[in-house]
Amino acid sequence: MDKTIDEINRRIRDGSARVVTADEMPSIVSELGEEGALKEVDVVTTGTFGAMCSSGAFLNFGHAEPPIKMERIWLNDVDAYGGIAAVDTYIGATNKSVTRAESYGGAHVIEDFIAGKAIELRAQSSGSDCYPRRNITTEIRLEDLNQAIMVNPRNAYQRYDGATNTSDDTLYTYMGTLLPHSGNVTYSGAGTLNPLCNDPGYRLIGSGVPIFLGGAPGMVVGEGTQHSSAGNFGTLMTTADMNEMSTDFLRAAYMYGYGPTLYMGVGIPIPVLDIEVVRRTAIRDEDIPVSIKDYGVPSRSRPVITQVNYAELKTGKIELNGEEVRTSSLSSYRNALKVARTLKQWIEDGQMILNLPTRRLDPSKQVKSMRETRKVALVQEIMQRKVVTVKEDEEIPEAARKLLKGETNHLPVLNEQGRLVGVVTTFDVAKAVAHPERRVRVKDVMTRNVITTRSDEPVDIAAQKLDHHRISALPVVDAQNQCIAILHASDLGKLFKPGGQGL
Amino acid sequence: MKLLVKLSHKSRPIIAEVVKDTGILINVDRARSDAHEGEEALVDVPDEFCRLISERMRSLGAHVSILDEGVRHDRDECVDCGSCISVCPKEVFSFNSEWELQVETKRCILCGRCVIACPHQALSLNDV
Ligand code: SF4
Ligand code: SF4
Repeated sequence: MDKTIDEINRRIRDGSARVVTADEMPSIVSELGEEGALKEVDVVTTGTFGAMCSSGAFLNFGHAEPPIKMERIWLNDVDAYGGIAAVDTYIGATNKSVTRAESYGGAHVIEDFIAGKAIELRAQSSGSDCYPRRNITTEIRLEDLNQAIMVNPRNAYQRYDGATNTSDDTLYTYMGTLLPHSGNVTYSGAGTLNPLCNDPGYRLIGSGVPIFLGGAPGMVVGEGTQHSSAGNFGTLMTTADMNEMSTDFLRAAYMYGYGPTLYMGVGIPIPVLDIEVVRRTAIRDEDIPVSIKDYGVPSRSRPVITQVNYAELKTGKIELNGEEVRTSSLSSYRNALKVARTLKQWIEDGQMILNLPTRRLDPSKQVKSMRETRKVALVQEIMQRKVVTVKEDEEIPEAARKLLKGETNHLPVLNEQGRLVGVVTTFDVAKAVAHPERRVRVKDVMTRNVITTRSDEPVDIAAQKLDHHRISALPVVDAQNQCIAILHASDLGKLFKPGGQGL
Repeated sequence: MKLLVKLSHKSRPIIAEVVKDTGILINVDRARSDAHEGEEALVDVPDEFCRLISERMRSLGAHVSILDEGVRHDRDECVDCGSCISVCPKEVFSFNSEWELQVETKRCILCGRCVIACPHQALSLNDV
């Protein structure tokens, strides 16, 4: 007993449509059976509320007098795109302010606009006969703009991986703070409420379908960037008018060590047309797998540590290698529910009429990795093979002599077998000289927990290690932990010198 | 009750002395030593002995302040994501059945981890 979209819309118009949120669907189906649920329920609303970095808005400021074709544009000192003449721009959520603290970015500009605050617009141009003006600085509010159209290239992922970190250091990532030695697990997504999880075949979610976006009625434009539906990682490109949005459903955020991002509330109504829709929307937290990946490995293909589901993650604890580890969500389930419930209210009140996709999304698309035509620079290309080392049993003055002679601030320390066991710096030696009574040998003052690199490691990863640990040199070791070279922070400059092998 | 105890470099082992004198057990939640500013310890004492202990410590030359509040939570900025939950060593944060964040500030030892982990800058510490 299938239903048509027209029948459902007729019920929405006369106020008799039965609308439920996606989290209610599993129990309705187990109570009434699939046929019963199909008869009873007309629309299932979904919702999610979380960090959606790939978001932003097209703005039109109206023409100035004399007119300007803006080529470089800043909103509260956040760079906006200047390639879509003349008084149009696109402000992206993750751009950082060039002057304010790095915790202020494009997402904050968008939130401030929606909150009704004044934003400073600054723009420059090289001038032309038709657009003579070179500079403009002005204060604007959302109401002063002709258009503020949010268009988010990649929202509402169908599936998310979780994160943990087996390394020895705390990591600050877009997956939040990851404690060392798998001290915690973080995850994203709304589980049973996630829009695309309720329509994995893309039968009903596609171009032109009405949605809830940041508190405004909006629609799906089409497939999102990086849409990879074949691997269950589909995404959506979405749009809505910023003027109708509310800060209840859109919040700027700042992930420490990563940068600004935008938390968006996105909800999609699904018309219950047939048994297939009933089955799909009956999906439970238990049915949605999440792979927990190791962010301690700085590579695109991070190893999967374990596989769990949302029901397990939502208990607040999961088991990892026999130990109980606490879990944190980065997205807000409470707000996801609020999105789904608000959308339900809209439809019950007849404010949103549904339609089928005007064009369906490709359900079997596979995302590609970047084609890289130049070799990634490796540590071996810039490391210094001549490395002065010291033995752990040598006395401090010997280390001081070597530091002076080698014109270096770091001496790798080797044991009897020639393996790397520590590092001494000029500072360690100076301290030892100041307190000679306690510290006589290199091993008494060296740092034992040495951060190292390998000759075949990409330079960028070594550079991140230097940054992360605020150090200025890394011993380069081989598989036997023999120190074969050293990489100084100053060596990184070689890559950019004329004649050097540019990146 | 939590006390923040600041000791100058030359001072005696004040915490140990006070424990010995009074027989009251003091829990050191956190301690820090700084070359310029001396030592600082965050200690937990039974509420009823708070005054006695702080007076004793002051008389021994320490600077003592009472911290009646742990981490501060700004409800308006909070979106109830829960990012803070798993990084806190003291299980200060939890969700209620409505997925709303609950904060038990009393257990907080002011380590600061959650302040960094909160994506919405909804958590802060008093300047201590
Ligand atoms: S400051 Fe530390 S102890 Fe206090 S709530 Fe935050 S993480 Fe927990
Ligand atoms: S991390 Fe911040 S925004 Fe998220 S629940 Fe905790 S206090 Fe609220």
